[in-house]
Amino acid sequence: MAKQPKQSMSRALQRRENINGYLFMLPSLIFFVGFVIIPMFMCIFMSLTDANMRDQALPHFIGIKNFVDLWKDEDFLGALKNTFLIVVVSVPTVCAFSLWVASAIYKLKSPVLSAFRCIFYLPVVTGSVAVTVVWKWMYDNYNGILNTALKGAGLIEKNINFLGTPGIAIWCIIIILFTTSVGQPIVLYVSALGNVDQSLVEAAEVDGANHMQVFWKIKWPQIMPTTLYILVITTINSFQCFALIQLLTSGGSDTDTVMFRIYWTAFKLTEQQGHFGYANAMGVVLAIFIAILSAVQFRLAREK
Amino acid sequence: MKINSGRTKAYKVISIVILVILALLFLFPLYWIVTGAFKPAQDIYAQEPVWWPTEWVTKNFDALFKKRTAPLWELAVPFSSYFTADNSPVFFSVGPTVPAAFRWLVNTVFMAVVAMILTCITAAMAGYALAKKRFVGRTIIFSLIVCAMALPKQVILIPLLKEMAALKLINNIWSVIFPTVGWPFGVFLMKQFSESIPGEILEAARVDGSSELRTFTTIVVPIVKPGIGALAIFTFINSWNDYFMQLIMLSSNSNFTIALGIATLQAETSIDMGLLMAGAALASIPIIVVFLVFQKYFTQGITMGAVKG
Repeated sequence: MAKQPKQSMSRALQRRENINGYLFMLPSLIFFVGFVIIPMFMCIFMSLTDANMRDQALPHFIGIKNFVDLWKDEDFLGALKNTFLIVVVSVPTVCAFSLWVASAIYKLKSPVLSAFRCIFYLPVVTGSVAVTVVWKWMYDNYNGILNTALKGAGLIEKNINFLGTPGIAIWCIIIILFTTSVGQPIVLYVSALGNVDQSLVEAAEVDGANHMQVFWKIKWPQIMPTTLYILVITTINSFQCFALIQLLTSGGSDTDTVMFRIYWTAFKLTEQQGHFGYANAMGVVLAIFIAILSAVQFRLAREK
Repeated sequence: MKINSGRTKAYKVISIVILVILALLFLFPLYWIVTGAFKPAQDIYAQEPVWWPTEWVTKNFDALFKKRTAPLWELAVPFSSYFTADNSPVFFSVGPTVPAAFRWLVNTVFMAVVAMILTCITAAMAGYALAKKRFVGRTIIFSLIVCAMALPKQVILIPLLKEMAALKLINNIWSVIFPTVGWPFGVFLMKQFSESIPGEILEAARVDGSSELRTFTTIVVPIVKPGIGALAIFTFINSWNDYFMQLIMLSSNSNFTIALGIATLQAETSIDMGLLMAGAALASIPIIVVFLVFQKYFTQGITMGAVKG
């Protein structure tokens, strides 16, 4: 079907399609190629060089030295470990939580449904800076509300320095990341659950299936594409966690992540300040991990 | 069925209660920003947190506005930075000096609006072409777009900075706008919407002798309008909140966005919580209002983007 018009198209017609097609593509392509594709290749190229901020001379090609160094870089490996901890914890919890919220609200009346959807989306809209600033105060070890609340509940006796304690700080960051991550999945799940074929659900109910069976046997397979999409975007977002780290701990208290490390290496590290090549090598490694994880998720989802 | 429905009802009540509690928890940071912004100093530094301001004051905003100043606007001669020795632009019109926060808001609104308009125009055109024009190389371009979307956007920031330096656009609001427009999500979204344009209408327009551009503006745009609305609000919010890119690209006080300005103040005065809450309120309330007004389109945009994800 799709190929038929192509074959019957005359050469002149095809040429017109080409010209018109590219004319319409042109404005977008200029920006896409100029500010996404070119930097992408620059990133790969720079990761193979000793490019840095101060040298105006052309960088030297040094092969995979940056990547070899990365493997031996304790700080980078620590950041990688933290990044994986964040991804491994936040991706499943975000997915499960948003699926639960969505299935609890998707049948509600429209104004109530919108209200809930908006509220869970608010932390995203508020913006990472405003969110971080307020959470920093809430975590404060002198007059933060969280310490007061926990003391009031009798759970702790002394104020905890949440952001200053290695082992605790990263969990504080995961919590904030969680609140800013569930908004979009909830919106997606609500619409996916609303699109589930009702006749199948009713047929199953008539046959005596209980709620759990209806959910896992009928709804779950139908919302699988949405789940897959959510897994991928949540993974990408969790890998890119940066603003929270920069504004809350600056990588202290064992909360360093790869994205923060990239920024630190490129702009802040004192002894080898502005080591762009090395920072880009980290970026390439990060992109490879994301690509692998996305591919694995696709494979798993398809098998099921 | 009867026995079951009693159980279901109990489950429903419990889940609504949990949902309401969760919703309150999600709302709390925002509540804390807004009340904190108006609390007097003794409330803010109280050992026991004060849940409701004992007195509503605007002192925090005064302190925020006094902190830094900047001209309200600076209009540069286009491309003038290419010709000056230190690459700084030549201004032909400079506004009155105001609290820097106002300038930051002006910058942020300008950035978000321009990025939104450019994205909508370019993406609507490209999406239409990808969906309806059978040009050579169309599949390759589309796969490139999908691949780019799956990549971490922040990873390309360093090369992007180098590129902007070469273009002499560094520390210029356009350096934040262009990459936002280039991000291919919009094209992807508009392609999904454009698929639904009936081919017969386009054919009929062509037979009637309508030019390509006229067909696009009079037939295509009205059909894909919901998509454009969704994309507009989506781009506006994302660009407003893209802190990392703003941090990398913008470096001088008068070019800051509101998010960047607040983050800088935070680094300077990390103990003056009242001032920071006032800043956070200023940075977040406008965008929250925009979101609440247009949230219908926004929801649609997120959902449509995932259809073929």
